[in-house]
Amino acid sequence: MTVELGQISLLAALLTAFVLGLVPMIGTYTGNRRFMAVSTTAALIQCLLIIISFGILTSAFVIQDFSVEYVARNSNSLLPMHYRYSAVWSAHEGSLLLWELILAVWIAAVALFSKRLPEVFRARVLAVLGWISVGFLLFILLTSNPFGRLIPSAVEGLDLNPLLQDFGLIIHPPLLYMGYVGFSVAFAFAVAALLGGEVSRDWVRWSRPWTLVAWAFLTIGIALGSWWAYYELGWGGYWFWDPVENASFMPWLVGTALIHSQAVTEKRGAFGNWTLLLALSAFSLSLLGTFLVRSGVLTSVHAFASDPTRGVFILVYLAVVVGGSLTLYAARAPKMIQGGGFAGTSRESFLLLNNLVFAVMAAMVLTGTLYPLLIDALGAGKISVGPPYFGLLFTWLLVPLVLAVPFGIYSRWQQDSGSRLAGMLRWPFLLSLLVGGGVWFMQPELGFVSAAGVTGGAWVILGSLFYVAQLLKRKNSLRIPASVLAMTLAHAGLGVFLIGLSMVSTLSSEKHLRMEAGDKYQMADYTFEFLGTSIVQGPNYSADQGEFIIYKGDREITRLYPQKRQYAQRGNTMTEAAIDPGFTRDLYVSLGEPLDQNGRAWAVRVYHKPFIRWIWLGAIMIMSGGFLAAANKRYRRKMPAKDAVQTETKEVTV
Amino acid sequence: MTPTRKRRLIGVLVIIVGVSIAAIVAMQALNENMLFFVSPTDVEEQALPAGKRFRLGGLVADGTVSRASDSLAVTFVVTDGAYSVDVRFDGILPDLFREGQGIIAIGELRPGGHFEADEVLAKHDENYMPPEVADALEKAGHVESEL
Repeated sequence: MTVELGQISLLAALLTAFVLGLVPMIGTYTGNRRFMAVSTTAALIQCLLIIISFGILTSAFVIQDFSVEYVARNSNSLLPMHYRYSAVWSAHEGSLLLWELILAVWIAAVALFSKRLPEVFRARVLAVLGWISVGFLLFILLTSNPFGRLIPSAVEGLDLNPLLQDFGLIIHPPLLYMGYVGFSVAFAFAVAALLGGEVSRDWVRWSRPWTLVAWAFLTIGIALGSWWAYYELGWGGYWFWDPVENASFMPWLVGTALIHSQAVTEKRGAFGNWTLLLALSAFSLSLLGTFLVRSGVLTSVHAFASDPTRGVFILVYLAVVVGGSLTLYAARAPKMIQGGGFAGTSRESFLLLNNLVFAVMAAMVLTGTLYPLLIDALGAGKISVGPPYFGLLFTWLLVPLVLAVPFGIYSRWQQDSGSRLAGMLRWPFLLSLLVGGGVWFMQPELGFVSAAGVTGGAWVILGSLFYVAQLLKRKNSLRIPASVLAMTLAHAGLGVFLIGLSMVSTLSSEKHLRMEAGDKYQMADYTFEFLGTSIVQGPNYSADQGEFIIYKGDREITRLYPQKRQYAQRGNTMTEAAIDPGFTRDLYVSLGEPLDQNGRAWAVRVYHKPFIRWIWLGAIMIMSGGFLAAANKRYRRKMPAKDAVQTETKEVTV
Repeated sequence: MTPTRKRRLIGVLVIIVGVSIAAIVAMQALNENMLFFVSPTDVEEQALPAGKRFRLGGLVADGTVSRASDSLAVTFVVTDGAYSVDVRFDGILPDLFREGQGIIAIGELRPGGHFEADEVLAKHDENYMPPEVADALEKAGHVESEL
């Protein structure tokens, strides 16, 4: 019976979302303050109802109610308790409910933390979010109800897909969705600004912390997905240019452009319309991503068995959101913020370059992702676009981007001189060349492109650090403004990421071997000795567990225990890689398959991955920069237009 | 022409040229890295050039997987019900690879007529069939109840 309550609660949430979309919006046009005030109550009630609904589905998993079809398909009586919680979002229906839950939480957060905004603007923002929620709730209720009963009830569940029985999957989807869905707030601010024909640029400042938080979540969500793929898929890759990865990467690219263009619009008023367009695009791309993943039109490692009606629904929803917002933009944008001018050498120009590169990157990924669909629709055959396409384009596009970062940091708004910048950036430039050259000299197999990548990473890091040092010297105090710290952290993260990426892409060694117990294999400075396998039992699987001793020279440094698991219920096999992680290198061993009858000989993957941790370390730094920037005190002050001008002169940076 | 107009005109021209170059480079990269999906029937009916990379998809025919005794080399037959193709692969097969399973092999045809794969993919989910494979099987008249 309780499960039906979950569904009733969802229906009630849909009604509340209608109220949230409609009543405050009417209030803004009639000037009825009581109508506008409904927005807070409706937002909080909606959030509560969806939490109840989500809680009921979770409890169905915890108590193993196999009369619920979704539970029966994705759980099993042997499933360990912590995976029963994450099993809730392991398949289509539940992950949509998670999407909606996170949307409701974002809406409630806006309702609670935006009390300082002008009444009308705030009511508009919440109403727009209400309509987004209506669309998603309809989608869940009409095409993907997680509360459907199974009659007769199943005795035993099918079990959770073993790939998803993992810590990474417990946290990856919620964080990713926090980012994805969080862009709906930036979207709603932009639409509200367009509806109100906002002439002042205050709304950009109000929307900045929300955008930064969403972007930071998306950053870490994507990084976690990459980390999960690395250790769980068992073949040592961290990014596959898979359509579903691209689906999350496109909003990130546009989001990155957006947080930079917001800075320009807030400080200087320039790029006003462009900022609006980016805010609309970031969320539209999030929705497109949801469509691509959920409709099953794409060939992807993430593709679940799919249902065409779902695809059609999201497509219609997407058309309404994108079409509606762009129409509004076309009608209103020409009357919006008119920006201040700027010279060719100025911070605006460098940020323009940033935006250009990120927009082009997003367009390239979009092209590579949608091109196969286009070709298929034209009946010209079924194709896929290989990773080299993306690799090539990103390598080239990163060149101007990375070169420009320190210039963007150092340059002044409106007008600067090239010789001043060149003078200030002389040392970071020479030092980074030295670093890149030095690393190349020590590791000749690095090659030119990767050596350039290391140089670029060092250039970004050193440029950022020199800026802080110079600021401290000039101010003669040890206090670094939070905004500078945030920016430095995020940019240094980019540098760390670049170095990791460059090192791992050329210095990695990978070997697929046939190994029998007692065999040894030498890779880099390490010797891998295979001792054989034994059988171990897990809660819902049994596994062949290999034992490897890793020597550096003659010294044993560690033992690795990769597993080949057999999950009883679904009857499928899973590779569990064993990794010895390190700051400068990972050692990675995974078992392929037994090659003879008595299980003595195994196919084995042995990898040596230098600096791979730097990729995720960089992402963590970038995320931290985002959160730190969002926490900046000036976003929490009530700021009439006059104060804003004063703050501008005080704040030195983006 | 006023100086402002002239500056704008130059700006617009620079953008057009830049976008065109970018588009050409992108299309070039796209075409070079495009892999066609091909079914065993296509291999039989079309004269596909040896040495051109593509994605071959179908079911692994029962009883055809055979392994070398001293290396990772493996051979199997991929079929769509109507025709089949011999595949050779030197490496580790994915966990979900087994006889009767839908797979995609990436590689090229060799002069002897066999397909030399450098990558073999099977999907995450055992109920899941790559859409292209499902499509190809349907075309070849092979009925799959579990789709």
